[in-house]
Amino acid sequence: MSTDATTQAASTTGSDEAAVRRAISSTPRPPQAGALSAALTFGWRGMLKVKHVPEQLVDVTITPVMLIVLFTYLFGGAIAGSTAEYLDYILPGILVMSVLLTTVYSGIALNTDLTTGVVDRFRSLPVWRPAPLVGSLLGDSVRYLIAGTVIIVLGVIMGYRPAAGAGGMLLALALVVVFAFALSWVFTTIGLVMRSPNAVMMTGFVAIFPLTFLSNVFVDPTTLPGPLEAFVNVNPISTLATASRGLMEGHAVAGDIAVVLAVAAGLTVVFAPLTTRLYGKG
Amino acid sequence: MTTASSLAIEATGLVKAFGETRAVDGVDLTVRTGSVYGVLGPNGAGKTTVIRMLATLISPDAGTARVLGHDIVDDAHAVRRAVTLTGQLASVDQDLTGRENLILLGRLLGLGRRAAKDRADELLAAFGLSEAAGRLVKHYSGGMRRRLDVAASIVVTPELMFLDEPTTGLDPRSRNQVWSIVRALVAEGTTILLCTQYLEEADQLADGIAVIDNGRVIAEGTPAQLKASVGSAALHVRLLDPEQRPEAERVLRLTLGPVTLEPDPAALSATCPHADRGAEAVAQLARSGVRIAGFSLGQPSLDEVFLALTGHPAEAPPPEQGSSIEEKQAV
Ligand SMILES: Nc1ncnc2c1ncn2[C@@H]1O[C@H](COP(=O)(O)OP(=O)(O)OP(=O)(O)O)[C@@H](O)[C@H]1O
Ligand SMILES: [Mg+2]
Repeated sequence: MSTDATTQAASTTGSDEAAVRRAISSTPRPPQAGALSAALTFGWRGMLKVKHVPEQLVDVTITPVMLIVLFTYLFGGAIAGSTAEYLDYILPGILVMSVLLTTVYSGIALNTDLTTGVVDRFRSLPVWRPAPLVGSLLGDSVRYLIAGTVIIVLGVIMGYRPAAGAGGMLLALALVVVFAFALSWVFTTIGLVMRSPNAVMMTGFVAIFPLTFLSNVFVDPTTLPGPLEAFVNVNPISTLATASRGLMEGHAVAGDIAVVLAVAAGLTVVFAPLTTRLYGKG
Repeated sequence: MTTASSLAIEATGLVKAFGETRAVDGVDLTVRTGSVYGVLGPNGAGKTTVIRMLATLISPDAGTARVLGHDIVDDAHAVRRAVTLTGQLASVDQDLTGRENLILLGRLLGLGRRAAKDRADELLAAFGLSEAAGRLVKHYSGGMRRRLDVAASIVVTPELMFLDEPTTGLDPRSRNQVWSIVRALVAEGTTILLCTQYLEEADQLADGIAVIDNGRVIAEGTPAQLKASVGSAALHVRLLDPEQRPEAERVLRLTLGPVTLEPDPAALSATCPHADRGAEAVAQLARSGVRIAGFSLGQPSLDEVFLALTGHPAEAPPPEQGSSIEEKQAV
């Protein structure tokens, strides 16, 4: 607070009463912000956070990146015969894992807002009540796309060339992002009931890691013992991984995609209203 | 400013319980439009809970309140249109810059893109934050964050402002800055409900004060009335020569009343309800030939007010500093 005295004489004293009085008296009350405009403004806030706090994105992307490199080069040959074949198998699954891990951040961000008191300010504003939640989906979508793109680009660098090409990869990414939106409502609900951002992070990771490992992301379930194979087959993450593989290789099964969309719809129908209610109640 | 009624807040019998804790236990408040009303109380008294109810963040378990003529439950949206809240935890986004915070609120309150930016810059300049405008708020000092917080509350000038412990944790200079901002707001016609733990702050800013403890209003009045009811302001005198203390004691007892001999053999004090009586007593000491090294007139502290009003000292603050944060988020 010392330089640039020419522009701001007031900065040396902090603030001056006359300028404050002028600032106070100068605003007529504008018309109320519409619901869409408020949601978009919160979306802008979400984007700014991606820009200012990229660490959080790095935190959740680094693990899948490490896993894909490790698994492919270390176990790829043993599991699938060759590293190239294993990369074909694992990449769509890692894409799923990476984007789903990012959804935990939605809950962490919301919980951070609660603990810092920002939510109190938002809730005392005359805006459409769910606007902060809806708006943050926008920022989320940017994060999902970044997390997904990092994995796909890494895969291509490592030699991944799926049959359906760029179009297939985009379709797979789109499906994963849709599912991520639905799952993020689960974590916003958790974010509203947990005590600290760290608790949300732990809960999220403790849920997502086993669910991803007990799916067909890393290994073909037919190689697993019976009960485990049964669980892996009903795990929606397996279905999502299978559908993504199908889209990338150009042999997607409509039934798989339908199951993924149905689960996504189910999660949204239950958890979106729950989040909104908890948020409104404070 | 524009309401027909001359009362900005009328609350009757407000109650809010969290599990076993009756955080607010039957609070009545009447605040005139255009005034600053202080709610004074120790940690856990229920101040924040009262504000959160009046600002429509939580609904009361019992009782009713009208803010600027609007019912806080049935007409919450109308209340939100006219009030702003500067919460106890600086309620600005730490991961955004100061300028982005103000633009965000401007847009949410209905300003256009251009207008929101201009307004942000105007406020940053007025609050001495222009240089820090592009810095993330998490790198601000406590005083800067508080000023930004208040600036965020007046992006659109409110009719009524809730201020929850605006100077707790600030150094005296930052505290004075916040006080001068509050005075400017009042001068422009904003009504203010101010929660504080400091009698001095309420004394400096408020026209009327309610003292609350354990969720109840235990005393109400102007700052002068409250202090008078406590009557524990004291004249402290230090003598050059301890030998003269008996003589000084005699003079003070005659002019003021009960005298306390302090552990320091050259010091003594006497209760002193008014400054002019204190001045008289000091003059009398000088006339009697007592040589004085120094004297001061002490204000009663919140602790003394509490002791006088309740017969028990104000509760010690909870051991963990972070506790109020924890409490807020138990939904
Ligand atoms: N959300 C909550 N859940 C549970 N208990 C709460 C909650 N909010 C407040 N309390 C309890 O209600 C009581 C009053 O709290 P409140 O925050 O209103 O006090 P305060 O006067 O603002 O105190 P401080 O000076 O520490 O801010 C305290 O005992 C507190 O623990
Ligand atoms: Mg409080």
